[in-house]
Amino acid sequence: MSEGSGRKAPYIIPIGPTHPALKEPVMFTFEMEGEMIKEVDFAPGQAHRGIEWMGMRRNPVQIVHLTDRICGICGVSHTFAFARAVEQIAEIEVPERADYIRALIAEFERIQSHLLWAGVAAHELGFDSLLHLTWRVREQSMDVIENLTGNRVNYGIIQVGGVRRDIVPEQHQVIEDCLNAYEGVISKLLELFLDDRSIALRCRDVGVLSHREALELCTVGPTARASGVNVDLRQDYPYSAYGDLDVRTILPDQYAGETRGDVYDRIVVRLLEVGQSCGIIRQCLDAMPAGEVTAEPKIAKLLAICKKASGEAIGRVEAPRGECFHYVRMEAQEAPHSWKVKASSYSNLMSWIPMLRGEQIADIPIIVASIDPCLSCTDRVAVIRGQRRDILSKEELHRLSVEATRRLQV
Amino acid sequence: MIGSWELAFIVLSAIIVTIYGIVVGLFLLGVDRKLAAHMQARVGPPIRQPFIDFRKLLIKENVIPENAIPWIFNLAPVMSLASSIVILLYLPIGSIYPPLGAYGDLILVMYLLTIPALCMVAGGFASGSPYASVGAQREMVTMIAYEFPLAIVVVAVAWRLAAAGIQDPFTLGSIAAYPLWSVAGPLGIIGGLLLLLVMAAVTPAELSRIPFDTQEAETELAGGLLVEYSGKNLAMFYLSQGVKTLVMAAIAVAVFIPWNLSSIVTLPEGVALVADLLFFLGKVILVMFFSVSLVRVAMARFQINRVVSVFWMYLGLIGLVGLLLLMADAALPAAGVLA
Repeated sequence: MSEGSGRKAPYIIPIGPTHPALKEPVMFTFEMEGEMIKEVDFAPGQAHRGIEWMGMRRNPVQIVHLTDRICGICGVSHTFAFARAVEQIAEIEVPERADYIRALIAEFERIQSHLLWAGVAAHELGFDSLLHLTWRVREQSMDVIENLTGNRVNYGIIQVGGVRRDIVPEQHQVIEDCLNAYEGVISKLLELFLDDRSIALRCRDVGVLSHREALELCTVGPTARASGVNVDLRQDYPYSAYGDLDVRTILPDQYAGETRGDVYDRIVVRLLEVGQSCGIIRQCLDAMPAGEVTAEPKIAKLLAICKKASGEAIGRVEAPRGECFHYVRMEAQEAPHSWKVKASSYSNLMSWIPMLRGEQIADIPIIVASIDPCLSCTDRVAVIRGQRRDILSKEELHRLSVEATRRLQV
Repeated sequence: MIGSWELAFIVLSAIIVTIYGIVVGLFLLGVDRKLAAHMQARVGPPIRQPFIDFRKLLIKENVIPENAIPWIFNLAPVMSLASSIVILLYLPIGSIYPPLGAYGDLILVMYLLTIPALCMVAGGFASGSPYASVGAQREMVTMIAYEFPLAIVVVAVAWRLAAAGIQDPFTLGSIAAYPLWSVAGPLGIIGGLLLLLVMAAVTPAELSRIPFDTQEAETELAGGLLVEYSGKNLAMFYLSQGVKTLVMAAIAVAVFIPWNLSSIVTLPEGVALVADLLFFLGKVILVMFFSVSLVRVAMARFQINRVVSVFWMYLGLIGLVGLLLLMADAALPAAGVLA
């Protein structure tokens, strides 16, 4: 069908803003030649909710509950990053035990997020049995998270200065059981996903992102690692308890012996990271010191400390999808003067363009899903003038950025 | 030529076959969903779910897109259902001889099988949606792909029967009366098994099920061919999907497992008819389980270019090997029971 492409006029296929291939709204425009993608463009900004605007009218203790709700899957990463930024500004020393609990929850979140993704990927390939199996396996981590935090999503465990709940000795057994179950099942999952002929047919050499492109587009997380870029904040910039833990970047060549940067490699990296997270949780349990879990248990006192603080800081956390980045500036007021969220998907979205170009329609869903996009995390702005949506040019965007910086400097 | 009593018989049997085809077709869809659900560790919907779905579709609004061609768009679902039911009139049901069995053979059935697919293509192009157009193109490519192996199966079986000296080898009556397995020798049985494999692979493509459901591909094309269909029109396509499932399974049963319970155990006449019908239903469910339910839970969707290579290269090759084995079997002296 794609033969004689020189003569056929390209036609346009719109995918989005809502489409079964997309789990969250984003608008794709594909210029097709037969079944082949010639050119692709996308417009995010369909799920903007104004969370930063709400945050700038609230105090840090209230914002923590907003950050929990930036994303439904990485419910702890955003709060983690935000709390770390505020703690640096207010010079709050987080107790060591709280650091370990934070890391432990973050790793459980990675497990459930990667398994969720693996199930979605199987569904995008039309392999629903694998979706059901993977999600059944995922349930166990959700149960443990509920046991530890009280919630399945929007955990509400991280507080500025520590965590809101301790892990009691009885819960160690629950965690232990879950880890044993996962370590038993991980080889089975690897076999199901990576040795299956029909999955390999659909994923090998599909949606390739070269090492160079991955670097140039500043991709982060598993997307970058699958292209052979050795980046992992837990290793490169050990925050919280990660400095004491042994974390090594997972790269696809550790499994397959080579790095191709395709969808298959992204599956490899995520599944191996599930196993890695189990190991990190084990280390956390072994090394967790006794002590307090929060620097300041009294909320009123904590608010008073935050209210006096002024300065700016960046909180960085390795979320399941890559680096999650929060910038906070406080000026001795109840609410932060400014707050900027950069979710991991923001850095990864542009990699869609080189991945999709030259591929088939059939590969669109799996390639789009392969970077595990989280658009409600990413969408920070929607420009609307009058009745229509606007696209800002580079010059205009630069002018606005300069103005915003000036405003901050005053 | 056709007497008035015969005409009345045909009309009456057409009505009965229509009701039977629709009810059993929907029942098969329900069984398929239940079986697939259990294999995926789910509870799954009740077996009567397709009937509920059908009723619900009937009370839904029937939307016709602005840039559709209304008469083709509305005609396609009815034609699709009607043509699938017509095929049933040529296929034996249990021990009942097909009502139109005397007027058409397996070759005609093969031609008729393309009509529901062509209707879907026409309906897809007429809906004026880019998704449906891509789906329609893919359906055409898939049709071209699976017709070849299907033709090999039909020709090979009939040819072996002809070589064994059986009259009218293409009529379903003779194919059912002289099962391939009783005619062929050991080589022929291996060849027959290969052909059975090809038939099992053609079935999901004909029914646009995973892994050959590129034309509907929910995650890619949001339903592809059927994306613009709703309400009554979609209900017609839904029914024809059920009837097609029955047709494909019935063809496989007629060609490869035609035995009846009454020919094995002696039963009183009234009981034998019911027993044969139930036995037939069992065989149909068995065929559907192996070629539709099991395959669709165990595989991912192919890309359209892979569909073509799978059917033309791999299955075409397997079919030809099966054909050669049957030929070798016929050529060897004293290979067949009847030869």
